[in-house]
Amino acid sequence: MAEFGALSSFLVAAVGLAVPLALAALGETVSERAGVINIGLEGSVIWGALGGALGALALGPYGGLAVGVLAGGMAALVFAAFAVWLNTDQIITGTAVTIGSLGFTGAVFQSRFGATGLALELPTVPAWEVPLLARIPAVGPAFFDQAVTAYLAYLLVPVLGWFLFRTRRGLALRAVGESPEAAHAAGVPVVWTRMLAVVFAGLAAGLAGAHLSLVHTGTFAENMSAGKGFIAIAVVVLGRWNPKWVIAAALFFGGAEALQFALQAVDADLPYPLFLALPYVLSLAALAGWFGRSQAPRGLALPWPR
Amino acid sequence: MSTRFRTLTPALTAATALLATLVVAAALLALGGYPPGDAFAALFRGAFGTWDRFVSFTLVRATPLLLTGLAIAFAFRARVWNIGAEGQLHAGALAAVAVAVALPGAHGLVVIPATLLAAAAAGALWASAPAAMKTGMGVGEVITTLLMNFVALFMAQFLVQGPLREDRGVFNQTNEIPPAAHLPDLIPGTRLHLGFLIGILIAIALWLYLTRTPGGFRLRAVGASPRAAEVSGRFRAQPVVWLAFLASGAIAGLAGGVQVAGVTHRMYEGLSPGWGYTAIAVALLARLNPLAVVVTAIVFGALSAGGGAMQRDAGVPEVWVRGIEALVILAVLAVDRSWQALTSRGSRG
Repeated sequence: MAEFGALSSFLVAAVGLAVPLALAALGETVSERAGVINIGLEGSVIWGALGGALGALALGPYGGLAVGVLAGGMAALVFAAFAVWLNTDQIITGTAVTIGSLGFTGAVFQSRFGATGLALELPTVPAWEVPLLARIPAVGPAFFDQAVTAYLAYLLVPVLGWFLFRTRRGLALRAVGESPEAAHAAGVPVVWTRMLAVVFAGLAAGLAGAHLSLVHTGTFAENMSAGKGFIAIAVVVLGRWNPKWVIAAALFFGGAEALQFALQAVDADLPYPLFLALPYVLSLAALAGWFGRSQAPRGLALPWPR
Repeated sequence: MSTRFRTLTPALTAATALLATLVVAAALLALGGYPPGDAFAALFRGAFGTWDRFVSFTLVRATPLLLTGLAIAFAFRARVWNIGAEGQLHAGALAAVAVAVALPGAHGLVVIPATLLAAAAAGALWASAPAAMKTGMGVGEVITTLLMNFVALFMAQFLVQGPLREDRGVFNQTNEIPPAAHLPDLIPGTRLHLGFLIGILIAIALWLYLTRTPGGFRLRAVGASPRAAEVSGRFRAQPVVWLAFLASGAIAGLAGGVQVAGVTHRMYEGLSPGWGYTAIAVALLARLNPLAVVVTAIVFGALSAGGGAMQRDAGVPEVWVRGIEALVILAVLAVDRSWQALTSRGSRG
């Protein structure tokens, strides 16, 4: 199996980096299918990371995951209260939630641990090896020797696919995103559907954030979300608002991020900021390419009632 | 409802929003275990305590916010959601330093305009990619301008670590720009520089353009409803969208150029603490009115100048100020909605 060594370690890194993007993007897929674009997703991710850290210190790693999920949901609830219930502009509200979340998580972190920049050590969530599957050469350890967050991301794909495209409630949710007037006329509660969809996206983004602090790094740092929530929104567009393509797009971005480690191993003198920029440049290139023309839900980002 | 009341509304909305922010911020501070009175007093002293605090700190900090705030207000007027002022500012700052360093012997009357024009051009260039993607391919500008911010930050990091790194090779920063390229002081004995005046002149120019010219009318029409503007057949929306992107990018780029030419005299990582994002709060609180942006930029400049004092004197982490900025945006949105609900009920009844 030695010939798989380099490929295997690249894939392990790629999947690990893709998991938070996939979780946040899968949640956002549901929200955007209901017609709400939440730029505040980044805020849910950073609250998830901080909630995960504080939760893990008090309750252990799995308790931390749960607190992270709830913290992400709370941030999304603030967004929903304004953008859905008060019907304020989705873009501006989302931007405010992101700015505020980055600020307040920093403030809470500094109040609790001081501004000294001392690295915080958190109990981490261990990887679970799936019997047999984890033994597949190269891809086995990458996909089937991960923490529970990865398996939840895999699980969300068929569940959300089934919910969105095979159930009456899923149909109602998509109707709210395509034409809130028609959905309202048909008796679908537009505001409630949108609220629930947004909060669901926040819970998933909270898990993504908790993954960053409790699986990926084992610590918390201010601004550690580093634009993951924004990339997740690009991932939703690239995945054409369909869960199975969304996770594929997330893996693509995880691969792009993992590439920097692989290339640095080859030549340590390569300028690393250029590799850090790579996923963002790829997002732009992909949006500009054939993906950009795919159809967004028609009611996306539009207020309701108008 | 009287017309007098209506003309008062924008200022009243802003005042109500600020008051609401103050109340919520006080509650949150108390929740965090900090006495709100002490924190606010320290913040106020830091921003307005002495003439020098006001001019050399509050107004100097207000300058990049004034320019980026104008950039956002102009774009948002055309319904162009440029969230990319942060990246455009970085592009402008890099271009300004590159040009100023390349002209070591030139006179100030040559090098300063060249520096600032380079900054504006770089900002416009940085905004042109999202503009092309929006007009040519129908890709929404919110996500593209956001992504461009990250590309700009990493590009700046790359340049100050490599090609533009100072000759001493000690820190990750560029060489200092030649003294001729430094912006002159506006008020002798303080640190306030020409950039603040440039900001005020641009505010007046934008206000005149928006309210007194056919081009400004077209821009506001597209902002009110791009489809209606297009359907009316009088003009096409696309050139207006391009203009909004390029002008907005140029002004944000200028903010970066003014900051390096007026204050830091060099470029380094982390030049901006997020002015491009704070600018959204600045522009919204001003109700997208360029003249009002001058006032709201000073309000946020005061928050920034007072934030440091709040940390020093009251022990409240300075990042609280970022949270307060978000509260201002949310408060403006909420107060705005409430006013709309009240006035529409009034006109119906």
